[in-house]
Amino acid sequence: MNSHRRDVAAGVGLNQADALLSVTDLHVRLTGSHIVQGASFSVAPTGVTALLGRNGVGKTTTLRAIIGLIPSEGDIVLDGARISGLRSFKIVRCGVSYVPEDRDVFAGLTVAENLRLAELKAGEHRYDLVYDLFPDLKKRHKQLGGSLSGGQQQMLAIARGLLNPSKLLVIDEPTKGLAPRVVLEVVDALQTASEVTPMLLVEQNLRAIARLASAALVMAQGSIVYSGPAADLLGNEALTLALLGVASTKADRRESP
Amino acid sequence: MSTVILLLLTGIGLAGLYFMFASGLSLIFGLMRVLNLAQGAFLTVCAYVGWALAHTGPDGHVTTARLIFALVLSTLCGGTMGFITETVFIRPLYKRETEQLLITVGLDLAIVALVSGLAGSYERVLTLPTWLSDSTTVLGAHVPNDTFLTIATAIVIFASLTIGLRRTRYGLIVRAGVENRDMVTALGIDVRIAFTLLFTLGGATAGLAGVLAGIYEGAVTPVLGDSVLIFSFIVIIIGGLGSLLGAGIAALIVAVVQQFANYYLRPGIGDLIAVGLLAVFLLVRPAGILGRERI
Repeated sequence: MNSHRRDVAAGVGLNQADALLSVTDLHVRLTGSHIVQGASFSVAPTGVTALLGRNGVGKTTTLRAIIGLIPSEGDIVLDGARISGLRSFKIVRCGVSYVPEDRDVFAGLTVAENLRLAELKAGEHRYDLVYDLFPDLKKRHKQLGGSLSGGQQQMLAIARGLLNPSKLLVIDEPTKGLAPRVVLEVVDALQTASEVTPMLLVEQNLRAIARLASAALVMAQGSIVYSGPAADLLGNEALTLALLGVASTKADRRESP
Repeated sequence: MSTVILLLLTGIGLAGLYFMFASGLSLIFGLMRVLNLAQGAFLTVCAYVGWALAHTGPDGHVTTARLIFALVLSTLCGGTMGFITETVFIRPLYKRETEQLLITVGLDLAIVALVSGLAGSYERVLTLPTWLSDSTTVLGAHVPNDTFLTIATAIVIFASLTIGLRRTRYGLIVRAGVENRDMVTALGIDVRIAFTLLFTLGGATAGLAGVLAGIYEGAVTPVLGDSVLIFSFIVIIIGGLGSLLGAGIAALIVAVVQQFANYYLRPGIGDLIAVGLLAVFLLVRPAGILGRERI
């Protein structure tokens, strides 16, 4: 475990200067429990950084703290500007888009209205991009959010997150509960989108991570215990087993075409 | 037959009053999880303002022009009260719904006491221009003309609010916020602007309802607002908190049932039945007619 901790320190030290997002000593206490306990990490300015860890270690809480939906202590700096302590809507306007764990599509609003609500600055919306990624949404633009399938709702939630040209997309378990075919579709779309928007991704599906992520962070008991290239983590079965409780190499083998 | 028509139309008029008052209450609750109980006091204050303005003439004679003036200024007065309440009292207590509710109760009690102290608790009779105090014969029933004024105003408000909710960006924010306020914030929208807007709109419709309630009752008293508040409260729960159409349907049910029962059974029984309806709905369908969630 000690060697991983050193990795963390090294990773943070290396990335901090040119990091897109850097989180330092983040603490979150919710209804008496200390969920995030001094997490420090950086998110690279390109590609996908995956935030991994077993269930209940504080990944979702960390994302919600970054977006300002729950109170936290510690420093969160986006592109040189401190965003910790700001209200959520200001953090989003600073350039962080958010796709929450349970999609949170507005059921009583149509697809078009869900997207229109997300529009921030006039003339900067990337409807071309999102309709290219998810042509289904264009076809269903008059349909109510609540009548979409789980996969379509996820696509709408991601489209909402990509509509504005943000600096960072924070996305929580985009493949959760989706059928395998839909998972592929979502992962394809995220891969394309990650070329224009860097992402901080929480995900359980290791095959999805293997395809998407360049950097990986592993969280355990509220702090970061691994930070390094995703390939190094997934390529080392002993390490993934120790940190995530699952073997990665099988997934890798099945993944390669 | 003519009695039935009369009761039905005056019932619909009463429903219009309830709806005007309940629409703001329901939307505010849907978005903010706060009942603005001070709206009862807004209605009372605006009813007095309206009464005073309508009687400004040297002879105390209420002309049509003065009545329109009174309606417009009372609406503005209610809107201002809503705006001040939200920005001064509600905003500093963001997300502390219990404290927000208690503030509105306190405001209601204080303002009603203030009005009683200043104006006295006796009735101020509201005289009307003759075209309004006359009645129109509908299928043999002599229906007071002010009933039509109230119905027409309620329809205009219902239509404007519906169009506002469907067609404007603020409407979009309100509809989304009623479902999931945090997610609206997480899309980069300052949802507090919608709070202020709804409080102001709710106050304005309560102000307008104040003058119309004074016309309906024929007089203005310090408890005018609280009596409308009680039945509007029943209306928004039966209709489904946060639903405009639900409030409209429930207002019709409550007011018409109330009107018929008060006439055919005994005065006061209708009010009791309205409370009974509330109890039945809370037991059988707590989310209300068109409400999405349980309370």
